[in-house]
Amino acid sequence: MEGHLYYPGCTLKTKASDYEDSAMKVMDKLGEPLVEMDDWYCCGAVQSLAEDDIMHQIAPIRTMCCAQEQGEDEIVTLCDMCYNVLRQANDRMKEREDDLETMNEFLDEDPDYEGGVEVYHLFHLLEDMKDEIEEAVETPLNDLVVAPYYGCMLLRPDNVAIDETEDPEIMEGLLELLGLEVLENPKRTECCGSYHTVNRSDIVEKRVEDIVSHAVDEGAEAMVLSCPLCQFNLDYHQRATEFEIPVFYLTELMALAFGLDIEVKNHKIDPRSLLKEKGIVE
Amino acid sequence: MKAEEDESNEEVEMVEIFVMGKRYKVPKGLTIMTALEYAGYKFTRGCGCRGGFCGACSTVFRTKDEYKLRMDLACQTAVEDGMFLVQLPFMPAVREDYDVEEVDPEEHDNVLLDYYPEVARCVSCNTCTKACPQDIEVMDYVQAALRGDIERTAELSFDCIQCGLCSIRCPADIKHYHMAQMARRIHAKYNQPESDELAERVKEIKEGKYDEEMEKLVNMEREILKKRYDERDIKEEG
Repeated sequence: MEGHLYYPGCTLKTKASDYEDSAMKVMDKLGEPLVEMDDWYCCGAVQSLAEDDIMHQIAPIRTMCCAQEQGEDEIVTLCDMCYNVLRQANDRMKEREDDLETMNEFLDEDPDYEGGVEVYHLFHLLEDMKDEIEEAVETPLNDLVVAPYYGCMLLRPDNVAIDETEDPEIMEGLLELLGLEVLENPKRTECCGSYHTVNRSDIVEKRVEDIVSHAVDEGAEAMVLSCPLCQFNLDYHQRATEFEIPVFYLTELMALAFGLDIEVKNHKIDPRSLLKEKGIVE
Repeated sequence: MKAEEDESNEEVEMVEIFVMGKRYKVPKGLTIMTALEYAGYKFTRGCGCRGGFCGACSTVFRTKDEYKLRMDLACQTAVEDGMFLVQLPFMPAVREDYDVEEVDPEEHDNVLLDYYPEVARCVSCNTCTKACPQDIEVMDYVQAALRGDIERTAELSFDCIQCGLCSIRCPADIKHYHMAQMARRIHAKYNQPESDELAERVKEIKEGKYDEEMEKLVNMEREILKKRYDERDIKEEG
């Protein structure tokens, strides 16, 4: 198959459509298009940690079966939560024969999962395309100061981390290629409050205040990340703080540096005035 | 030549079924519904069109030596020897109230999820699909709903007859069929083009163009009506 088999996840089709749009454009430009899977299922969003809970591993494994059905052995995700859940469920099936057997017995009428699919995050791919990225940059974003933010799902637990759990630099490396001024952000691996946004927004507001205030103190004009839930929390809950800096998906900035248009549908804090001020968009 | 003997002696092969635990012998070849009536049960609920369209007669059963619980429509399924049966008179599932004028999908992140949030509890077990007597890809339309794809939800669920078997089996307590009906209504209202023919026909009906014809049909003798129905022209699709 030309390009990469792409697992979107539900959020990329709704609240994080800006991320999908910009990532698709960026990967097209880099000559490695993302090709959406013929069939896929919601990953479940939260990895079940109970030892005996196979039920909640079914959805991610069904998606592995879909990739297998298409004759592919790799899938790539954009969403950090999907990446984390799919990767953990998939690894569990590869590592524990008994679990795989239980799973396949439950899937009785469907073909067995053979355990031959690998799960990647978009950053894995971008990390291997640094030369191509550098070449694709048409308008370096020289004047913009950003703070990268990883959150939890790309880095924890350690066995699925895309980089050093306590000291990641994969995002910094990519952002520097775009000409941005990238701040050292000591809060970049702290939790944004995650699902507490549903019924304990006070917790999320405290987390967001802490994370954004440190970035702004260092001179950040925007935050950069890749998790749709982190994006929502950092973006939406800034309204409870004194701050108002845009929260970008990394691929949005990459698209802008490549001279591509981006959609701005999901942002609560509209980034367009900042982008105009910096001469990035007209 | 057993079959011929049966015919000549007018002996009917019987099968043994269990209705709510009680043993009955009923003629082979009956549907579950007629077998229950043969055994003396009378339906006041759980029975409708008897033609596989209305979804009122959903039933669950197991057969001898089978570990799986099976589901189907009682009017469409023949009895088998050793069947354990029960009729489901009603499917308890709440249908949410909404005004179709006020559920514009453009004004919601995911309008189906707003009304049926339990859709997000789907674990992709596919039990709903296995329960469906219409062979609908139920899990796939639930997944489409979860990602806000109203068109796919509507199209995949189009053959639904609202029997509710999916919902009674779901470990996530999703009300699939009510949610999908909402999706079809939204799809029709907001996505599909309006039909000029429909508007014209409604106008004709309101003006009384068919009153006389309708009156004739209502007063027609049953046998003539049946004949007319059997001989009717069916317009091809498209």
